[in-house]
Amino acid sequence: MEQILSNALGELLTPMTAAYALAAIGIAMHFGFTGLLNFGQAAYMLVGAYAFAMANLAGLGLVPAVLLSFAASIVLSLILGIPTLRLRSDYLAIVTIAAAEILRFIVSTTGLNDVTGGPQGLSGFAKEFYALNPFPVGEYGFWAWSMDEKGLWVRVVAWSLVILGALFVAQMIRSPWGRVIKGIREDEDAVRSLGKNVYSYKMQSLIIGGLLGTLAGIVFVLPRAVQPGNYGTGLTFFIWTILLLGGASTVLGPIIGSMIFWVLLSLTEGLLSAGVSSGIITFIQQDQIGGIRFMLVGLGLMLLVIFRPQGIFGNKKELYFNA
Amino acid sequence: MPNQIALGEIAPGCAKVDPILVADNVTRQFGGLTAVDVAHVEIPRGQITALIGPNGAGKTTFFNLLTGFDKPNTGTWIFDGKNLAGVASYKVARMGMVRTFQLTKALSLLTVMENMRLGYQNQTGENPLAAMFRWVWRKQENQVTEIATELLTRFKLVDKSEDFAASLSGGQRKLLEMARALMTKPTLVMLDEPMAGVNPALTQSLLDHIKGLKAEGMTVLFVEHDMHMVRHISDWVIVMAEGKIVAEGPPAEVMRNPAVIDAYLGAHHDSDLGATSIKKDNA
Repeated sequence: MEQILSNALGELLTPMTAAYALAAIGIAMHFGFTGLLNFGQAAYMLVGAYAFAMANLAGLGLVPAVLLSFAASIVLSLILGIPTLRLRSDYLAIVTIAAAEILRFIVSTTGLNDVTGGPQGLSGFAKEFYALNPFPVGEYGFWAWSMDEKGLWVRVVAWSLVILGALFVAQMIRSPWGRVIKGIREDEDAVRSLGKNVYSYKMQSLIIGGLLGTLAGIVFVLPRAVQPGNYGTGLTFFIWTILLLGGASTVLGPIIGSMIFWVLLSLTEGLLSAGVSSGIITFIQQDQIGGIRFMLVGLGLMLLVIFRPQGIFGNKKELYFNA
Repeated sequence: MPNQIALGEIAPGCAKVDPILVADNVTRQFGGLTAVDVAHVEIPRGQITALIGPNGAGKTTFFNLLTGFDKPNTGTWIFDGKNLAGVASYKVARMGMVRTFQLTKALSLLTVMENMRLGYQNQTGENPLAAMFRWVWRKQENQVTEIATELLTRFKLVDKSEDFAASLSGGQRKLLEMARALMTKPTLVMLDEPMAGVNPALTQSLLDHIKGLKAEGMTVLFVEHDMHMVRHISDWVIVMAEGKIVAEGPPAEVMRNPAVIDAYLGAHHDSDLGATSIKKDNA
C-alpha cells in the first residue's frame, strides 16, 4: 500500500509532469486566453524533441540546439497560422490535429532513418546537458522523492522552466497585450473595430504558446529517448485534459492539473493492480489495467466538464455569463 | 432658402460644403441580390447625419463596407482625403473612423474598465516585447485609466468599472460600446442603431451623448429606425431603400419627400411619420 502511495506521489515532481505542465500552459495561452483551438500541441513537442536531439547529435551544442528548436517552432506556427488564422477558429483545430499526425508519420518513416532514426527514434543526445550537472554523484531526496544526481538535475531544470514559463505567461496576460488577447477571445470584430490588428495578435499568441510546447518537448526527452510513438493525438488530448482539469484561463491551473493527472493515473493503476493480484477485483485481468485507468480518466474528464467546467482554479464568476 | 450643409440643390447624392466622407459607385452583391448600390454620397463634416431606411435597405451592409468589415464588388470611398477602399478594418479605425455594432459587442469577460482601456490607440504595452516589462508601459496605462475614468463618469458607468461587461444591462452595454469607441479619439463616429432595444429613459441620455459628440467637433453618422429620434438630433438625413440612396436633406424636409414615404411606409403614407406606432389606417 505504501508502495502504491509513494509511486503516486513520486509522480508529482517527475520531468514528465513538468513537461506536460509546460505544454498545458502553452495551450492555456492558445485556448484559455486567446480562444485558439490548438489540437496539435503534440506537433510542437515533437518539433522541440527532434530539433533538440538532432542538433545535439550533430554536435552543435546545447544552446544552439535549443535556439534551433525555437526557430523550428516559430516556422511551424507560421505554416499553421498563415492560412487558418483569418478563418473561424475550428479551421485551426482541424489543421493542427492533421499537422501533428503528418509530422509524426514523417519522422517515423524508415526512409529518414539516418536523420530522425525512423521508427526507432533518437537517443544519447543529452550528454552535453548532463555534463553541465552541478550536483555531485549521490542519492538525493527522501521517501517517494528519492533520485540520483541526474534525476535531481533534470527536475531542477524542468521545474525552473515551468515556473519561468508560468511567470512569463502571467506577466503577459496582465499587460495591455494580454488585454487585446482576451478581447480577441471574447469578440474579434469588436477588437478589430478598435484599431487592433487581430490577425497579428493571434499569430503572436500561436507562436508564444507553441514555443512553450516546444520547450515542453525538450524537457520531455531530457531523461528519455525520442520515440515517434509518443507524439500521437493521445499526447495532445492528455494535455487538454490537464488544462481543463486545472482551469483553461488560469496560469496555475495547468501546473496543478498536470500533477493531479499523473498522480491519479499512477494511483488508479496501483490500486487496480493491487486489487487484481490480491483477488479482490475478479472481473478484470492484470493486463487490462492500463486501458481501464484511461477509461477512468475519460470518465473523470466528463464529470469535470459537467460539474466544474471552469476547472479547479477557474473563476466561477466567469461562468455565470457563459451563454 | 440657403443651406449650410449642401452645396447647390438638394438631391440624392448631392455635393456638400465640407464632406468628410465621399463614396462613389459602391456596390455589394450577395448572389443575385444587390444589397448596396450607392452611386454617390457625401457625409458632411461636423454634423450629425442619420442613415435611415426600411429593413433590408442595405444600411448596415453599407456601414460594413465603409468600415472594412465587408468587401464591396465595386466602389471607392475617401475619408478625410485618404482612399479607404480595400483598407483593413483595423486600419480604418486607426485613421479615426470608428464604428459600433447593431448587436452590441461588449467584451463580456473583460471588466468595464478593461473594455475602455482596450480602445486607446498606440499603447506601448500592446507590443509583445514591451508587455513583459511593466515599468515600460505603467505610466501610459495610468494615463489611459484616467481618460477612461473620465469617459465612464460622463456615461455614468464609473461605478461599474470593475464589473464584468457581461453584467451590464443591454442599454448600459450600448453606452459602454459608445464610450469605448470614443477612447480611440475618432473624428467620425459611426453608430449602428444606437437606440435599438434601449429603454426610453436611457434613450434620452444616449441622444444627449450623441449631441455631445457633435459639440466636441466629431462627425456622427448613425443608422436608425425610429423617426422620432432622427428628427430630434440629426442635422441631415440620408434615406436608403433597396440598396440605393433615394433621398436626402434636412430632417423636416426629407420626411415630406414622397419618395421617402413610399419607400418607408408604403400604404401607411397618410399617418404621421413622427408617431412611434402607426395604427391609424385610413383604408
